Amino acid sequence: MAKRWTNKLTRSDVTPEPIFMNRRKVLAGLGLGGGAAGLGGLALGGMPGAAMAQDDMALEPNAWDEITSYCNYYEFGTRKDDPSQNAHLLTTEPWSITIDGLVDKPGDYALGDIVSQMTIEERIYRFRCVEAWSMVVPWNGFELADLLDMVGVKPEAQYVAFETVYRPEEMPGTRYPVLDWPYVEGLRLDEARNPLTLMATGLYGKPMPNQNGAPIRLVVPWKYGFKSIKSIVRITLTDKQPPTSWNKAGPGEYGFYSNVNPEVDHPRWSQASERKIGGGLFAKKVPTLMFNGYEDEVAALYDGMDLKANF
Amino acid sequence: MTLVDRLNRLLRSVPPWALYLVLVLPAPWYLYQGATGGLGVEPIKALEHALGEFALQLAIAGLAVTPLRRLAGVNLLKFRRAIGIMTFTYVFLHLLVWLVLDVQILGQIWADIVKRPYITVGMAGFVLMLPLVATSNNWSVRRLGPRWRKLHRLTYPAVILGGVHYVMLVKGFQIEPLIYLAVILSLLALRLRSLPRLRPA
Repeated sequence: MAKRWTNKLTRSDVTPEPIFMNRRKVLAGLGLGGGAAGLGGLALGGMPGAAMAQDDMALEPNAWDEITSYCNYYEFGTRKDDPSQNAHLLTTEPWSITIDGLVDKPGDYALGDIVSQMTIEERIYRFRCVEAWSMVVPWNGFELADLLDMVGVKPEAQYVAFETVYRPEEMPGTRYPVLDWPYVEGLRLDEARNPLTLMATGLYGKPMPNQNGAPIRLVVPWKYGFKSIKSIVRITLTDKQPPTSWNKAGPGEYGFYSNVNPEVDHPRWSQASERKIGGGLFAKKVPTLMFNGYEDEVAALYDGMDLKANF
Repeated sequence: MTLVDRLNRLLRSVPPWALYLVLVLPAPWYLYQGATGGLGVEPIKALEHALGEFALQLAIAGLAVTPLRRLAGVNLLKFRRAIGIMTFTYVFLHLLVWLVLDVQILGQIWADIVKRPYITVGMAGFVLMLPLVATSNNWSVRRLGPRWRKLHRLTYPAVILGGVHYVMLVKGFQIEPLIYLAVILSLLALRLRSLPRLRPA
């Protein structure tokens, strides 16, 4: 059993709505005059310190509508609202995942059979897109490490490769060669085994909406969103670094690692700050955190590595 | 009377200010949509893109005036200034949204202009438009004489830069910006050789 990750962001951390609304009032008051600063400090004193450092709104999960209407899932179109409009075309039942390569028990696993052997839990994670926007998402899922243990990983395996379903008849976006379909991703085995790495089957306690990667997707919260591959049909254990879709499309722009890093800019835009979805027309930018705020949990994976070269 | 003649007669009865009025309307509409959720959950980028795309469409309309007259005999010449000035207006609004709502951070604005090629290209296009909008009036046409026509050839590189700016900013291989650029280049290519002109009947 993998070393389990202790979730620091739970439902009990989420500020109850009345207090939250009240806090907004205090913050709004702050804007009116500096004299209220002391009062604001008092009111905010009870909040968990670590998350406060980034942004006092960080603990608020995005609304269901935000998470399910603003998606990058190019198989259904490149506009943000294309997936929510087109993803209903995808058949997600029955669903099976082919697990092959350097494993003890390769085969086609029915999704139901996998899920019945896993512990589904809620994980409230920050989600940072490479396009410099972010959300907080309450995922439901199980640790990838548990699935890897179920099929047995051979000692020579070093990487995990993933593949998204490719059905042109159900995925109108694949009519265009935006990327080299099917979408593929990969992790180093130790990244895959990290307790943060989740196989998500739902959000907000409901089954995963199609546009968010139904029926099962990867969530790697310290990496840019495109690493968290959707609608997985194949998992292959290998001893070679697997190809990844965005890296193939733009090797100078998207690396294999793609860890969230405010100090390494995308060639076409800065990664130093991000905008949390949901702030409307006048949403302020907030600083992006190293490893998307999961430095304590994952920094050790990259000890001694040049993160600028291995972006 | 041919269809073209009828169309031209109809166009003669439309005053240019009517076009200004129609073309200005999308701006408050987009802003209202952005403020009330009509542009989705990330209205800043949506507004920025909507304004930029409309500016590009207007620029294409402006480039189409001459070929339409030469090849189809449709005369839109008196609307060309309105199209040009409104193109600039939407480019300016697009830039304003980028500066004020999107980037926000003053220090990063200049860094982006010099470091990010697609922004450099977009800014170059904007700068080329400044002398154009400044001389889009009867007084300048009279004063500059034949030099006015020369100066206004800056429209061509400005629109190309706008089209390239769009191609450069998208992720992956996307068709739409390439179509815009192809239309722009085709409209410019129509000017390259002295094409057969329609003789007045």
